[in-house]
Parts: sequence; structure tokens; C-alpha cells
Amino acid sequence: MTRRLIPAVATLALAACGSQPNIDPSQQVGPNPVLPKPGEELIAAVGVPKVVGWKPGETPAVPRGFHIEALATGLSNPRNVLALPNGDVLVVESQRVGSEPVDRPKDPIRDFIMSLAHGGGGATETNGAAGGPPQRITLLRDADGDGKAEARSVLVDHLNSPFGVVVVGNDLYVANTDGIIRYPFTPGQTQISAPGQKVIDLPGGLIDHHWTKSLTASPDGTKLYAGVGSNSNVQERGPEAETNRAAIWEIDPKTGASRVFASGLRNPNGLTFYPGSNTLWTVVNERDELGSSLVPDYMTSVRPGAFYGWPYSYYGQHVDPRVRPQRPDLVAKAIPPDYALSSHVAPLGLAFYTGSSFPALFKGGAFVGEHGSWNRTSYNGYKVVFIRFAGGKPVGAPSTFVNGFLKPNGEARGRPVGVAIDRTGALLIADDVGNTVWRVSYGSGPAPAKPKA
Amino acid sequence: MADDVEELSMARAVDERSMRRVGLAGHPYSSLFLPVPIVCFVGALLTDLAYANSEGNLQYLNFSSWLLTAGLIFCVVAGLLMIIDLARLPQLRTRFGWGAFGLLVIAAIVELINALVHARDGWTAVVPAGLALSVIGSVLIMSYGWLWHESRYGVEVQA
Repeated sequence: MTRRLIPAVATLALAACGSQPNIDPSQQVGPNPVLPKPGEELIAAVGVPKVVGWKPGETPAVPRGFHIEALATGLSNPRNVLALPNGDVLVVESQRVGSEPVDRPKDPIRDFIMSLAHGGGGATETNGAAGGPPQRITLLRDADGDGKAEARSVLVDHLNSPFGVVVVGNDLYVANTDGIIRYPFTPGQTQISAPGQKVIDLPGGLIDHHWTKSLTASPDGTKLYAGVGSNSNVQERGPEAETNRAAIWEIDPKTGASRVFASGLRNPNGLTFYPGSNTLWTVVNERDELGSSLVPDYMTSVRPGAFYGWPYSYYGQHVDPRVRPQRPDLVAKAIPPDYALSSHVAPLGLAFYTGSSFPALFKGGAFVGEHGSWNRTSYNGYKVVFIRFAGGKPVGAPSTFVNGFLKPNGEARGRPVGVAIDRTGALLIADDVGNTVWRVSYGSGPAPAKPKA
Repeated sequence: MADDVEELSMARAVDERSMRRVGLAGHPYSSLFLPVPIVCFVGALLTDLAYANSEGNLQYLNFSSWLLTAGLIFCVVAGLLMIIDLARLPQLRTRFGWGAFGLLVIAAIVELINALVHARDGWTAVVPAGLALSVIGSVLIMSYGWLWHESRYGVEVQA
């Protein structure tokens, strides 16, 4: 009996593996990505680079004509950057605290793999009394414009895993993982001593799987928009855990009133209004474990009230076989996003080019910080890409703009996260594994206004 | 008739006096853990059926995942003890004893694959591959228990 069973079992196991054709990431960018059939591997594809950091003198690579240097090094998990009109740069140093509750034997294994990708942080510094890693916003000042911050101060400290940050008038809004806090802030100030005021609670809690809450304000400053990522890959923590998650919230900062602005967005980050418009854009991390080439992450304009599929479907109405009960009524409403970035690149930062120091073709285009894959056998992402825009819409394929975060042998020197355009039109990149903020300028060197002696 | 009964009970009394317990350390060690994988894997089959019939109530998937993990751990424990037993107790080295060991190994391989399938997120962790593997694994692990008992308690009679 057993002799006949072995081949039977082997066949069944193979059938269960599914096989997915290898799809080149270049086929999965733009408005109509190639989507293979879902293939759940027996052992989910995993590829995590060893973290080695930047050696002195090493920098990421930029296209000819551009120049890159570190605006600040020795930071602790810098995840996000915000450039202020006066030239100051706010850096959000942050990481998740604690680990997710264990529901299944798989959970601690996944957490361990993800922690490898961060190389244990590289941050041995703690913030003293409260213990744990720094959870703060650091202000960098490059008053002489030489591309190196000569002054650094802690603007706000003891936050709760912050990510999003925005300044509206004389208010600084910080999106902690569990809520938005408002601080009185006069640009030019280097330290905030006044206590913050809570504007609204955001879904945090024990699981808090996607903990980064992205934040932006409407162009007129009357509304805030917060990205609230899902509490699971594809609702495997149950539907109750996803209440008001996988959504972008619209918040009135005066009253604290809120509504779900758009939903079905698994992990929306990089919220940014397209310059000169009232159109909100976001980059979204799509679901894992349907194979190395599913599902492509994307960048999209966000239509008010729209549903983008998660968890029931992806890319419009491609039903995810893993979610029960199924919701054909919701799938029928799901709309496809605008522009695919290819699978598992993990886009976490988005900035439109509003400066004028880069060549003309960059005007109005999008820079996307791709933190890099871990759910895929061959690495994807680990770079900053540029997508040209025409008429407020993305055009053509993304081009690699800043590269070299991953060494040819697969070791990671850094991983890009948040991106921003500074006062001079240079691109800023938060590198949370390299613990650096990079500054990319055009031309041979720093801004010509104040040449170094 | 009365004499016969008396004689029989006398004989038993003599027997019991002359006997001593020799098997205290001679039991197969694996007997202690032998039922654990059976309970776990059959339990996982039941919770898989519950999941499939609940339109995806995830607590049943969680049950199955832990039962499979525990079952696999105790497959290793029982298997190692079985190797020791087979080495030290010649009466176990029959085709039934070896067969039971073989079935334990095959059941463990099938359920290891099953545990990986159960690590998927949601419905496809169980339906259809996980449930099918649970059925196969349960049959294998029960057959293993049956053969192991056969190797110890089976009696050969003249046909």
C-alpha cells in the first residue's frame, strides 16, 4: 500500500505547489501589467539580503550629471523625510515596537525573516528613560547649502512609531502608529517643548501588522489624509482585525471628524497631492505569497470613495482564492490602480518633482522609494525609480534613478524609504538600513550659490 | 467438578507465586508517545473539516496548524524512541514492527508537506490540498498505530 501512496502524495504535493512562469519585472510596470495565474509555493519564496551598511566613501549610484552625498549619517532607522520651505529637513526616525501576537506557528518564523532584512537595525542607541529604539523627529539644517547638514537637533522625541509628518501653517502634524498628534511649530524652530494635542486615534493595537501611517494635507490645508495599512497579508487575522484598515482616511484636523476616503488599498504609503491639483496619489504594497510575480505593487491616483480590491481581489477584479467568505458584490466595485511598479518592490515613498534644478523632463514626474522585496527569490526594488508624468498622468516605464543599495553579491548597504524634494530642488532619500539621508543634486556638486572655499 | 475448580485455582496460585514482573523496563519506550501523532493528525483532519464547513472561520485553520506542528514534533519523539526499542527488543523486529516504523516516517513526511500547505493564508491552506493531505496523513498514522500494536500483541494461530 505504502509503495503506491508515495508517488500519489508526491504528485499531490507538486500539484499543490503550482508553478508560475518567470515574469520579468519590466513586464509588470505601467498601466497594464502582465498578471500570471496565482501560484502558491509550498515554501513561500523568500529572499532577504544580508545587511552590511555603507563603508566610508560608499554612496548609492546616480545617473550621469547628478551628484549624491549624505546629508546626514548615523541616524537611527530614518524612515521618512519632509523638506520645509525654509530649507530645514525633518527626518522621522522610527521603527515598530514589539512583535505581533502569534496565531500560528508560521508567525514567529515570518517575523524572524523580516527582522533579518533589517539587519537588527544597526541602531544600538536607545532613547534613555523610555528604553527601546529612538522614536523621534530630527531636524537637519543646511544653512550654507553645501549639501551637508551642519546642525542637527531633536525636534520632537518619545513618539509612538511615527511615520507620516506634515506642516500646515504653524501646526506640525505627526502620524504615530496609533493616532495623529498636533504640535505648535513655527518654521525655523529647532525644538518643540510644547506638548502635542491628539487630533484623532488611528488603528494601532496589538497586531498592527502594517504600522506605518502615511500623512499629508490637502493643498488648501483644511483636510488631512492618513494611510492606514491592513493588519494582515490577506485577512488571515480575520475580518474583525481589518476594521477601517487598508484604507486612506480623510480627517478634519479642527474637529477630528473622519471618514474613509478610499478603501481596499492593502498598505498605502507616500500620500502626496499632485502639484497644482486636488488629486491625491499613493503607492501601495500589494499582497504576498501568490508567487514571485504576484501581485505587482502600484502607484495610483486615489478616487474618492473608490474600492481597490483588497482583500477580495487584486488589480481590479482578479479574485484572490484565499479569502472566504468571498464578496462578489465588492469585487464588482473594485477598480484597477493606475500604474504598476512590479511585484514586491515595496514602495514606501513618493514625491513629485516640484523643483527646477533637475533637467526639464523631471518636472512633475514621480520619484518612488522602493524598500525592496523579501517575498521573492530574486530581489526586486532596493532603488529609487523615476516615472515621467505628462498631463498629470504617468508615462512610459519607470527608470532606475538611484541604485546601488544592493551590492552585486546581494548584500544590502541600505534600503530607500521616504523621498522628498528640498528647497533647492534636490531629491532627499531616507535610508533606514543605511541610517543615512541621501541628497541627490544635479550638476557636478553642491548648489552654486555658496561654493565651498 | 468441584475438585477441578479447586485444582485450577491452586495451579494459578502456584503460578503467581513463582512469577515475578520482568517487563517493567522491557516495555517499548515508544508506547508512551505512540498515540500523540495519531491524536494530533486525526484532530487536524477534524478541524480541517470544520474549517471547510465554516466558510473560512480562521480559528479552525489555526487549530489545524498547531495540531500538525505538535504531531510532527511527537513523530520525531516517537520515531527516535522506536529506533531505540527496535534495537533493544528483538521481539519487535518483525515485519509489523518495521512496517510501523516505515509508516510513521511516511506519515511524518506527508504531514510536513501538509504543515507547509497549512501555512498559507486562508482558504487554500486547507481546500483542497490541505484537507486531502490530512486524510492521507490520518490514514497513514492510524495504520502505523495498528501495525505497531500488531507487532506487540498479535498472536499467530494455526490455520
